[in-house]
Amino acid sequence: MIDFTLTDNDHKILDYVRSEALVARKYARHYDENEAEFPPEALEEAKDFPGVWSLMGDRTADDSGQSVIGMLITMAENWGDYSVRMRKGRGVGLGNAALAASGTEEQRTKWGGLLLSMAITEPGCGSDPSMVQTTAVLDEATDEWVLNGEKIFVTTGCRSDGVVLWATLDRSAGRAGIKSFLVEKETPGFDVSHKEKKLGIRADDTATYVFRDCRIPRANLLGGKEEIPKAGSGGFRGVMKTFNMTRPLTAAFGLGMSQAALDFAREQLEGAGVELGYGPTVHGLSAAAAKFQRREALQEAAVLTVCHAAYLSDQGEPNNLEASISKAKGGSAVREITQGCIELMGPMGISREHLLEKWFRDVRITDIYEGTGQIQNLIIARTILGYDRTQLK
Amino acid sequence: MISFGPTEEQQVVRDAMREFAEQVFRPAAREADETSSLPDGLLDQVWELGLTNTQLPEAFGGGGEVRSPITNTLILEELAFGDPALAIATTHPSAFAFAVNDYGTDEQKEAYLPRFCGDKFAAASLALIEPSPTFDPLTLQTTAEPKDGGFVLSGRKRFVVLGDRAEHFLVLARNAQSAEGGFGAIDAFIVPRDASGLGVSELEKNLGMKGLPTVGLELEQVEVPDESRLGGKAGIDARRLLASSRTANAALLTGLSRAVREYAVPYAKDRHAFGEAIAQKQAIAFMLSNMQIETHSMRWLTWKAAALLEALEEPTRASIFAQDYAAEQGMKIADDGLQVLGGHGFIREHPVEMWYRAARTLSVLEGIAAV
Repeated sequence: MIDFTLTDNDHKILDYVRSEALVARKYARHYDENEAEFPPEALEEAKDFPGVWSLMGDRTADDSGQSVIGMLITMAENWGDYSVRMRKGRGVGLGNAALAASGTEEQRTKWGGLLLSMAITEPGCGSDPSMVQTTAVLDEATDEWVLNGEKIFVTTGCRSDGVVLWATLDRSAGRAGIKSFLVEKETPGFDVSHKEKKLGIRADDTATYVFRDCRIPRANLLGGKEEIPKAGSGGFRGVMKTFNMTRPLTAAFGLGMSQAALDFAREQLEGAGVELGYGPTVHGLSAAAAKFQRREALQEAAVLTVCHAAYLSDQGEPNNLEASISKAKGGSAVREITQGCIELMGPMGISREHLLEKWFRDVRITDIYEGTGQIQNLIIARTILGYDRTQLK
Repeated sequence: MISFGPTEEQQVVRDAMREFAEQVFRPAAREADETSSLPDGLLDQVWELGLTNTQLPEAFGGGGEVRSPITNTLILEELAFGDPALAIATTHPSAFAFAVNDYGTDEQKEAYLPRFCGDKFAAASLALIEPSPTFDPLTLQTTAEPKDGGFVLSGRKRFVVLGDRAEHFLVLARNAQSAEGGFGAIDAFIVPRDASGLGVSELEKNLGMKGLPTVGLELEQVEVPDESRLGGKAGIDARRLLASSRTANAALLTGLSRAVREYAVPYAKDRHAFGEAIAQKQAIAFMLSNMQIETHSMRWLTWKAAALLEALEEPTRASIFAQDYAAEQGMKIADDGLQVLGGHGFIREHPVEMWYRAARTLSVLEGIAAV
């Protein structure tokens, strides 16, 4: 049945994650201003906290589904800080989502405990992955893949233990030739060559990778299917399935921060004597309260689209369209909300004394990575129009 | 537990309503709008579906099924997909009946609920809106002054649905006796059509949903007995009543927005310019994708408000979000839908101009439907 209430177990988990997040938030400014430093594996305070996994065992079939609670946990963590965590997450990178979506059971068991980044973008290709130039060539003599190419904008690329890499078996095959490979750090021929300087999410490192005759075992092809599917047979869709979880997840990152911005703005405005009640009509509200109310509704709408995409995944139903909806909605909502919170705060909003200006910078990536808002709109439009890539470019 | 899954029964009802709305409402909508009248026999035809009486107690002749704001929300979206004016006209008695069911005393339930469990459409109205640009349910200008053994009602109401034929009006008024303001001061009174001092206007002429009959009420020192105060001394839960109205509005706007989208999509694929379908141009395609994104957003906010109502949790905040968001996005979607059709959007041969007027109309009204 349709239900939007959280169970006691759900509440217990989320309250706990928020308590951790508040501790992590104390370090947010430091790692924002000291971009060269990495946040530690675990904060000093972490040893006194049990960790969220200790609470997960109590969950039952009556609690919110695994993906749904995962999205809410992600939002709660990001409500603390995008990058600083009580303890460095194992198995929570974007590459882990790819592994979960398209790895074999054996592969999931083997690498699930590693922090995995995801490398798709190249200097010459971003939103159009059919232009991937990094190659994977099978050396039958040694049963190894030989990788060559360059990847940029690899999120958590410096700290990760390994990467899920997109490379093509055959450039002439276009998107159909693209496969995902798992490459562990320290593999000869795999260099982390550069760390980007960014507008926001500075404590989360963004790397450039170079692969020069990098050899990995044949079994490192995710999913294990080596043949190139015929054009139009939907083989690429298997690769894209990864995004059905990472897109709502990415939106959840941003929405955790925009919620923090809303909470901060509420606290400040109420402290300054602005009443933020819920008025049925605009006449009963001050201009500030009306704007605040709209942005809260926008936050709620975006959060629900994320939960919807996750819910479908929990049900084992297709959620390609809904994943893109959540990403498009989340990406635009967090921009509007954080920009709007600074507007509501006035000059105080831009002071680095508070984290609001940081959230404003941090969330801006939400509408860009994991497929820009425009790409999401293209996917949504193609889906509802029944068009392929050639019909709607 | 967060769940977006309707029950099997709800899914059956939803599918049936969608089919009904497409087959019965959609073909009748234009003429109802042009002639400002309801199609003959439509009210009785919909009444047979049992949308009002199914959820009333068996003791009063109802179906005895659980009162479900969620089910009613699903129904309203589907009916409004067919046509919002006809959806409101045919279901409006629920706004009266559900309020009596939810807040009425045993005597009031016994006196009024059986009327909604017969074979024929039972017209009754909720009277909330007042003729002022600063209308706000929390500061009603219609007052109820206590007077020995009863109340005296004074004020004016507008946009009272089915007021041309209602036997009873549920008039919302500010209780002058109430010490508290806001929600706590809102009372509802059952006023018979023939009450002394009650004036019912001619049919109002409105911008949109012209097939929906609405009237104004003049209450000049209308004396009603204590027994007509809904809920007796306890009164009503005005938070829930208003939240139900807002959630219903949001559901109607979601259905209307879906109607616009589902009309604009095939049109844009069919209409060619510069050698290709206009839907193949991003300027058009992105308006359509936005309609998809926002109808989802509207629906989930609406469902959340309905779910809180159903769980008997505080529904005010969620219902305001749902209504406010749906009002804004519903208007934008109708606006964009008209733009996609270009000049044809402006022509009354297509339903989009009708939906454009309906979106603006619906998004400013309250108390016209309930879940």
